[in-house]
Amino acid sequence: METKKTSLYQLHQDCNAKFVEFAGYHMPIQYSEGIVEEHKFTRNHSGIFDVSHMGQLFVYGGGELIKDLEKIFPLDLKNLRLNHSKYSFLMDKDAGIQDDLIITKINEGFLIILNAACKDNDFKILKELLNEKYKMVLDENRSLIAIQGPKSSEILNELVDGVKDLNFMTGNWFSFEKQKIYITRSGYTGEDGFEISIPNDFVDKFTRELINKGSKLIGLGARDTLRLEAGLCLYGHDLDKDKTPVEANLKWAISKERISKGDFIGSDIIIKQLNNGVSKIRVGIKPEGRIIAREKTKIFNHLDVHIGEITSGTFGPSVNGPVAMGYVENEFSKKNTKILLEVRGKKYPASICGLPFYKKSYVKGVY
Amino acid sequence: MSEVKYSKEHEWIKLDGDVAIIGITKHATEMLGDIVFAELPEKGSNVEKDGTAGVVESTKAASDVYTPVSGEVVDTNQAIVDDPSKINQDPENSAWFFKLKMKDPSEMDTLMNKDDYDKFAKETSV
Repeated sequence: METKKTSLYQLHQDCNAKFVEFAGYHMPIQYSEGIVEEHKFTRNHSGIFDVSHMGQLFVYGGGELIKDLEKIFPLDLKNLRLNHSKYSFLMDKDAGIQDDLIITKINEGFLIILNAACKDNDFKILKELLNEKYKMVLDENRSLIAIQGPKSSEILNELVDGVKDLNFMTGNWFSFEKQKIYITRSGYTGEDGFEISIPNDFVDKFTRELINKGSKLIGLGARDTLRLEAGLCLYGHDLDKDKTPVEANLKWAISKERISKGDFIGSDIIIKQLNNGVSKIRVGIKPEGRIIAREKTKIFNHLDVHIGEITSGTFGPSVNGPVAMGYVENEFSKKNTKILLEVRGKKYPASICGLPFYKKSYVKGVY
Repeated sequence: MSEVKYSKEHEWIKLDGDVAIIGITKHATEMLGDIVFAELPEKGSNVEKDGTAGVVESTKAASDVYTPVSGEVVDTNQAIVDDPSKINQDPENSAWFFKLKMKDPSEMDTLMNKDDYDKFAKETSV
C-alpha cells in the first residue's frame, strides 16, 4: 500500500521536516531544530502537532446508541454531557486493550479519536459490535492538529475567539473562514492545549497562521518525549491486547458505576482483577545516572530475578535525565523499590517511581 | 598534528605523536540528532580496529561507536559523558571521545582523507 501524506505534507517540507513512515503515513519525526529544542519549546511556549493520521470516527445516533456503546466502553456515557470528553479503551473479551481513545459527546452522537495504526481495525470491530445500526464515518476529509504548551491558549484564541474559555476535556464547534472546526481542550503532552478537527482544505492555512502568531511545528520525536515525561501511554508499546486497563494502571478511566453493573466487553476480567489484584502492573521507572533503558529492556529485582520489561524509555529533556515506563510483577511495584535494568549486557540501578515525571503547575481557574 | 583521517563508521582520528585522538564526525552527529548519552571505553582497556569502543544515544536510538584503529585506551573525555550535548556542539574538536596508544600505525593508511570522507558521507546519507 502506498504511504499516505497528510494535508500538511507541503508545510512540513517547507519547515525542513525529517520524515519517517508511521502507521502508513509520511510523518515528520523532527524539524531543523531537533527533538530537544522542540520539546522545550512546547513546554515553555507553544507547539503544533500534525496528528491527522489519527482516526476521527463520527458515530451518529441518540439514546439507543448510548446504550449500545456502554456495552463496549467502560464509561458512564448516559451521564456524559454534551461536548465533554473521556479517555477510554476498546477491549476484547479478555479485557485486552485493542486501542486507547478519546470519546466526545457531540450533538449528533459521538466523536471518537483513534490511534492511526488501529483505526481501520477499530472501525471494523465497532461496526460489527454495533450491528451496522448506526451511521459511522471514519472521516478522511478532516485533519487533526494539536496545539500544546502554555502560550497555546492565547495564540489559538487570536484565530478562534472563545477557545480560551473551554475547560479541560471539553470541546465545541467554532468557525474559521466559515468552516466548522471542532476544538477540544486536551492533548497528550502534559501541557495545557487543544486538539482541532478541521477540513483538509483549510488546515494548511490555519496552521500557517498559528505559526505566524508564534507557535512552531513539533515532530513525532518530541511528541514521544513529551508524552513519556507526562506518564502517558503509547499504544503498541505501553498498551496492547496482552494488557488490560487494570494492569496498565488505568483503572481511574473505568467508571465505578459501570463496574457495579459489569455489562461491558471484558467486564468479568476487569472485575476479577480489581478484586483479586493483578500479577503485573505498569509503573514509572527512573534509572540512576544517565543510562537510557529503552523498550524491551529486562528488569530484575535486587536478587537478580527477572521481574519485568520496559515498554517505553528515552531521555526526558525537561527532566534532564532518563525516564521509562514498564511492567513489573505486582510485589515489586511499590514506589522507591530498587531494581536493575539490563542494558547492553550490563545491569544498572534504577527505582520504581510515581508518574508523571514532569508535572505542570497549571494556571488557576483554567480547569 | 597530522592530517585528520576518517572511517566508514563516521569516526575521525588524528595523531598527536604516537597517541591517536578519536571522535565522531559532524555528519554523524547530524544524522543522530540530539545526543543525550555517551559511554566511553575504560582507560587501560585494549580495543581492536573496527570493534565497538563506546555508545552514543539520541532521544531516538542508541548507536555504537567503533574504533578505527587498534590500541590501548590512555585517556577518555569525561566532559562529554557529563554533558553529551557538547558532542553536537563541537564534535570534531573539544568533544573527542578517547585517546589510544596505537598498536599498529599502518592501520591509519586504511582510512579516508577529508575529501574522500565528505564524498562518502554525501553518497551514503539518505
